[in-house]
Order: sequence, then C-alpha cells, then structure tokens
Amino acid sequence: MQLALEVGQTATPEAVMFWILGPLAVLAALGMLLVKKAVHSAILMAFVMVVLAVFYIAQDAVFLGIVQVVVYTGAVMMLFLFILMLVGVDSSDSLTETIRGLRPIAITAAIGFGGLMVSLLGRATLGRDAIGLSAANADGNVEGIGYLLFSRFVWPFEVISALLITAALGAMVLAHQPRSSKKTTQRQQSINRFRGESIATAAGLPAPGVYARHNAVDVPALLPDGTPAPNSVNASLKARGDMLDSNTFDLKKISTQVEEEK
Amino acid sequence: MDASNYLYISALLFTIGAVGVVVRRNAIVVFMCIELMLNAANLSFVTFSRINGNLDGQVMAFFTMVVAACEVVVGLAIIVAIYRSRRSASVDDASLLKR
Repeated sequence: MQLALEVGQTATPEAVMFWILGPLAVLAALGMLLVKKAVHSAILMAFVMVVLAVFYIAQDAVFLGIVQVVVYTGAVMMLFLFILMLVGVDSSDSLTETIRGLRPIAITAAIGFGGLMVSLLGRATLGRDAIGLSAANADGNVEGIGYLLFSRFVWPFEVISALLITAALGAMVLAHQPRSSKKTTQRQQSINRFRGESIATAAGLPAPGVYARHNAVDVPALLPDGTPAPNSVNASLKARGDMLDSNTFDLKKISTQVEEEK
Repeated sequence: MDASNYLYISALLFTIGAVGVVVRRNAIVVFMCIELMLNAANLSFVTFSRINGNLDGQVMAFFTMVVAACEVVVGLAIIVAIYRSRRSASVDDASLLKR
C-alpha cells in the first residue's frame, strides 16, 4: 500500500480521507468532554482511536495501525468499559463544576496552549521537503520495525518487557483484597446449625410456598399452624419488595360457590 | 495536503485531552483523557517518522503504547481500590490529605 505517492505533497485520496476523518476525530474528542455518561465517553474515545489507526496506516505505519486497533480499541477500551461496569454510575458523572471558576480558567489555558502549538507548527519550517517512508519501508514496515527493535532498541525493549511484568504484578497487588473474616468450613456451618441459637433451622430453611393453583418462589410457605414463614422467601426478593402475601391465597376468601347449571 | 496537517490534529487532540483531565471529575473519564493525550503524542511520532524518513518515530510510538497499556492497568487497579474503600469514582472525593 503506497498512499503517499509524492513526498511532502500527499496524494488526493489521503487528503480526502484526512479532511473527512480529521474533523470527525476532533468532534468526537470534544464530545468526550461534553457528554455526561462515562460509557458514551468511552465509545467516543474508541472512535478517536480507530480514526488514529486509519491515520497511522495512511502514513505508512501499517504495523502501528494494526497494533492500535488490537491494543487500544480491543484491549484498553474493553478494560475501561469493564471497570466502568464494575464501578457503576455515581454522582461523579455529573458535569457541575465543584471548584468555582475552574472551567473558564481551563478553557482559557487550553485556547492559549492550543494556539501556541498551532502557531508554532505553522511557523516552523524544516528547510527541506518531507522524505517519506518508501525507502525505510523498502523491506516492509514490520521487518523495518523488527530490525530496529532487535538491534538499536533492544535494551529499551527488554526494559519495557520488565515494566509490563511489574505493572501486571502491581495491578494484582492493588486489586487484591484480603478476607476480612475467616471463611467458614462446611463442618463449622453444620455445627452452627445444630448448636446455634435455635434448633429450628437444623433441617434447613423451609421452601417457599407451593399451592395447588399457584407455584411461585415469592410466596412464603405456611407453617403447620397456618402462619406464613417469611424466611422461606429468598432475601433478595424480600429486599426488592417482591414478596407476595400468602393471605391472598386464603381459601376462605376465595369464592367456592359453583353456579348450578340449569 | 501537507503531512504537517497531522501535527495540527495531534496538537488539537492533546489540548482537548488536557482540558478533559482538568475539567472532568469521573476518574475513569480523566484516565481516558490521559490516553487521548498519549495517542496524540503517538500521532506526532508517526508523522515525524514520515517527515524524517526513518522508522525511529514508529518504534518510539510502539514503546509509548506499551507504557500506556501499563499505565491503564495500574491506574484502573488504583481506581478499583479507591472505589472499594470510598464507594466513589470521583477524583474530588479522594481528598484525605487535604483535611
């Protein structure tokens, strides 16, 4: 793939691609700041990364373009989304500013910094035309990068592999949480059941109610004396308020009179 | 079209990322903005690699990607650890040293 036909002045297809995708990438990055939900930010971020991958490939950095898609949009963004799901939505998603006057200062500083960078780039001249990568990529982009990685940059390459292992270990140490209480063994659970406060639970908790005309886990079972047993219903159903009252199935309230057929 | 147009996009993306780090409160969004800044720097590396006609810039961008991946792993682990102890992912809530 040779998109940069002429060095310096690039070919028209690349210009078209650039002027369509470039503004889209900037808009998506701006949207990242402005949308409220973190998940939407993550989706926009993934879009920006895909656009950058296309830019890399257009600039004869095929290997980096593929790595960008695999590592960033594939691994890193999925990790972000995974942690977002784990942490959930909370008040920090709101866009209200907590430090007064922070936003105007930030925007002013950003305009200043961005203007400085852009004007600097506009004024800088190289004194020669851009060379282009056709000579450096003569043996192929992957081969060229591989040759550099295992000759001139072999020491940084080794160091960075050590960094990766350290980071993986560090993440495990940071995310690890020791148990606050000792895990009860099955033997201990059995002893607790029989020698606990009451022997009533020795045979296990009663199952939820099963009626001839209604079979559901949200109805408490009836004890021999006719009272409902609330602990027969799952605790999470009770917390959600989904527990039915077994009185609604009281036979006395149901009309048992059959209309006589004539 | 000049190859340096990519540099302008890179500068814009970097600036937007910097604003995001300052303005947003959700720690995960702040992290994504840091990633955006790293990516903008990578785009500069690749463009300069093309302008200078050698692959050193691409190798640097490759190293940056690895460092960014490490940073994400450790950073997200820190966010999870903070969330466990404080029940919040807001960067404003982790202010124990201030009080």
